[in-house]
Amino acid sequence: MSRIEAGRSYIGESVVRPQTARLLAGRGVFTDDVVLPRMLHVAFVRSPHAHARIVAIDAAEATALPGVAAVVTGEALVSVCSGWVGTLAHFQGMKSAMQRPLAVGKASWQGEPVAAVVAESRALAEDGAARVRATWEVLPAVTDPATALDPATPVIHPELGDNLAFELSLTSGDPEAAFRQADVVLSETFTMGRHTGVTLEARAILADFDPAERRLTVYHSFQAPNMMQDILARHLGLPEQDVRVICRDVGGSFGIKVHIYPDEMATCALSVMLGRPVKFTADRLESFVSDIHAREHRVKAELAVRQDGTILGMRVDDLTGIGPYSVYPRTSAVEGNQTVRLAPGVYRFRDYAASLRVVFQNKTPMCQYRAVGHPIAFAVMEAMVDRAARELELDPVEMRRKNYVTADMYPHTSQTGYFFERLSHEEALDELLRIADYRGLCAERDALRARGMYRGLGLCAFIELTTPGPAFYGVGGARISSQDGCTVKLEPSGKLTCLTGVTEQGQGTDTMIAQVVASAVGVAMEDVRVLTGDTLVAPYGGGTWASRGAGIGGEAALQTGRALRGNILKVAAAMLQCEPDDLDIRLGKIVDAATGEVRLDLPELGRVAYFRPDTLPKDFQSELTVTRHYVPRHQGFAFTNGIQLSHVEVDVQTGFVRLLRHWCVEDCGRIINPRLVDEQIRGAIVQGIGAALYEHLVYDEQGQLLTGSMMDYLVPMAAEMPDIVVGHVETPTAYADGGFKGAGEAGTAGAPGAVLNAVNDALAPLGARVTAQPITPEVVLRALGPL
Amino acid sequence: MRSDEGDVDDTVTISLTVNGAPVRRRVEPRQSLVDFLRYELELTGSHVGCEHGVCGACSVRVDGVVVRGCLMLAVQCDGSRVETIEGVAASGEARDLQQAFAVENALQCGFCTPGMLLTAQDLLARRSNPSPEEIREALSGNYCRCTGYHAIVAAVRRTAEARGRG
Repeated sequence: MSRIEAGRSYIGESVVRPQTARLLAGRGVFTDDVVLPRMLHVAFVRSPHAHARIVAIDAAEATALPGVAAVVTGEALVSVCSGWVGTLAHFQGMKSAMQRPLAVGKASWQGEPVAAVVAESRALAEDGAARVRATWEVLPAVTDPATALDPATPVIHPELGDNLAFELSLTSGDPEAAFRQADVVLSETFTMGRHTGVTLEARAILADFDPAERRLTVYHSFQAPNMMQDILARHLGLPEQDVRVICRDVGGSFGIKVHIYPDEMATCALSVMLGRPVKFTADRLESFVSDIHAREHRVKAELAVRQDGTILGMRVDDLTGIGPYSVYPRTSAVEGNQTVRLAPGVYRFRDYAASLRVVFQNKTPMCQYRAVGHPIAFAVMEAMVDRAARELELDPVEMRRKNYVTADMYPHTSQTGYFFERLSHEEALDELLRIADYRGLCAERDALRARGMYRGLGLCAFIELTTPGPAFYGVGGARISSQDGCTVKLEPSGKLTCLTGVTEQGQGTDTMIAQVVASAVGVAMEDVRVLTGDTLVAPYGGGTWASRGAGIGGEAALQTGRALRGNILKVAAAMLQCEPDDLDIRLGKIVDAATGEVRLDLPELGRVAYFRPDTLPKDFQSELTVTRHYVPRHQGFAFTNGIQLSHVEVDVQTGFVRLLRHWCVEDCGRIINPRLVDEQIRGAIVQGIGAALYEHLVYDEQGQLLTGSMMDYLVPMAAEMPDIVVGHVETPTAYADGGFKGAGEAGTAGAPGAVLNAVNDALAPLGARVTAQPITPEVVLRALGPL
Repeated sequence: MRSDEGDVDDTVTISLTVNGAPVRRRVEPRQSLVDFLRYELELTGSHVGCEHGVCGACSVRVDGVVVRGCLMLAVQCDGSRVETIEGVAASGEARDLQQAFAVENALQCGFCTPGMLLTAQDLLARRSNPSPEEIREALSGNYCRCTGYHAIVAAVRRTAEARGRG
């Protein structure tokens, strides 16, 4: 890889994030920290039933409560905020029902907001909400996806005809022939539970409508400010330029804060209606029933294998339940779609068939959460590979090696049409075996088994979809930007101010962008100030999701920095009466390119360009603010790859799984900041571990959430988590000058499969096997027989 | 209930010191300590994560002991000495720990960080050279969704080692 920058480069350096200083001092500004004059607070009355007709809502007592400004029901907001339907045109046949800020007529999940109480404080708003009397006619709840399409099951939205949101059938090659030719056919059904994001900062929004100018300013804990701006403008009937969305510090997101939520739309509508700032901060209990949920799949998989371990073909049937509405505007079909499209992609076999059904049910809406579809796809695929290896008495490492898409096969198109520029499965595997001392761990495991200790090792190879182009959402009609802009301004003092469309929720986006800009222009890191998350001033962009920050935002920053560098050198050349090519910028100094001799510094250049341009030639105009944009044009996604290894010990008496250590080797292309990448991987792995072992949204048959608090819903805590070793292979993309790809979801993509395989490896000598997630002690003990 | 004309005023006057400064306020008996700090005193460094004592984001020190600001009422702090992340940051007592968090990238979104810092500082005051297992145990009541905890453990270890040498 050639150097992309002149002089000092920060690319590849673990620069400490300057922005952490304020967070470490308790001086972050999260949405709930923002206070505005005459601000009101809203609390929502939520449906206590999974499915119920609203017979009447009596707001009299709540309205009479001192301090309550308004009590509003769904009908009252219909004229303020238009409804929405969460479908995308490229998911053919997809359907969903009209959704509104507050339910009108009936509620379709326990937790759906049905009325809003606005008051002088959150406590008073809650007092008011407790005094709203709703009368319900309870309807039968649809909970189990397996029976959602049965004729006897009630249809949640009668206008749709049935409970089917989307179905898909894919065939590549000749799967029937592959299964006929197989020596062994393996079949398994996996049950993957619902879980959710549990961002430590709950969702929060503060809407400030100024009725004099008819302008709306929204402070939002969110990942995609321009998407929110567009949607608020269209659904509230405001000109786009009069809606400003500001995302300051965001306390975790992971795909939770990238969707349209009824309560947040209601908050904005209430601000328009009342002409005052209205704040909504979800409490933890309402987060559990109103944040999007994730996963909930039942996947049947069949694998056709030859005796020597060659995979010939695969069939996958995925059934996934998404709640009563497909979530706007990204839809709830992407999770299942990606599950069936990603599953075979690590391997070279061509014969593949998949079917997908996405069904409605009376549970909290499900939508995209970190690593969308990936964790399910690779848990299923890799569990099947391990099972085949075990039945054929083959080494799981060699089984994978035999079936990988290998280095000589790129560029490569997967069974389901994904394009892979260049992946590094074999190198990643070799590196993993090395850093983990895999063979040594195998020997230790075998020795301990003889002493009655059940340890297991589980591999999970994966690919990760990063850096998506417009094929992801834009082609389906969603107004979600796949391109991003970057603006860099040279201040008169010689410092740089940078604005970017990608956003920051803890990833270190602003640091990463500063590293790229500083390197491309030729200044010191500390001389670059980056601002993200303000639609009024930042260039238009998609924000941060789908591992797009570095691949798209980073490349836009690189192109902007290079352009500004060129413009600075033109000013310098005019001042020094030489050619721009004779000069270079190194750590803020204009130097002679050949000798390195300092000719000028940036503060002097800034002084002349801004305050004494009369001293420059008459026909010369300096341009020291530059904007450039970038969208991936040459491939739909920049795929990455990696492999994880989990080492566990299972207590066969109690069913508890103890995590001993976890490794990941991944390849996100050229790495901008190794420490930030490692920490993205580690955090994402722990999110995957949570799904694999602990986190479960359990519902009863009436559609009541039984695990709706942090007492009942287990999240990974420090004491149970293992040390995590991260390694890298670097295969830069050649389609972008920076060579950057994404890294945000790789950890979550592979961790559940690795843990599942490790547990099954530990249980193998006992003839037991688990196929349900989370792998609770109960699941383990049922597999072992005592339960 | 709030104090409106005709209503019974059930607010209570409390006096306490917060980050070394004397504070006197009338509060509702139902107001939690963390809500009092955030909304009455505008000390927004203490965060609200779960309001049922699990996540640790609201951790503050009361009379030298780290407590959950969501499980304690403001009225219970009458006469107490309360310290928040703002006070700890200003005094500099945990400057090395804060620096270690930055270097190890032991924070991403930063929402858990004030509670993590107070809890880790408390551990380091009690144990000069805690093992990684002891650190994980001490932090096991503080939820972090971003980091996976590995870097937080490393930052606390780094601080313990430096203080041991210091």
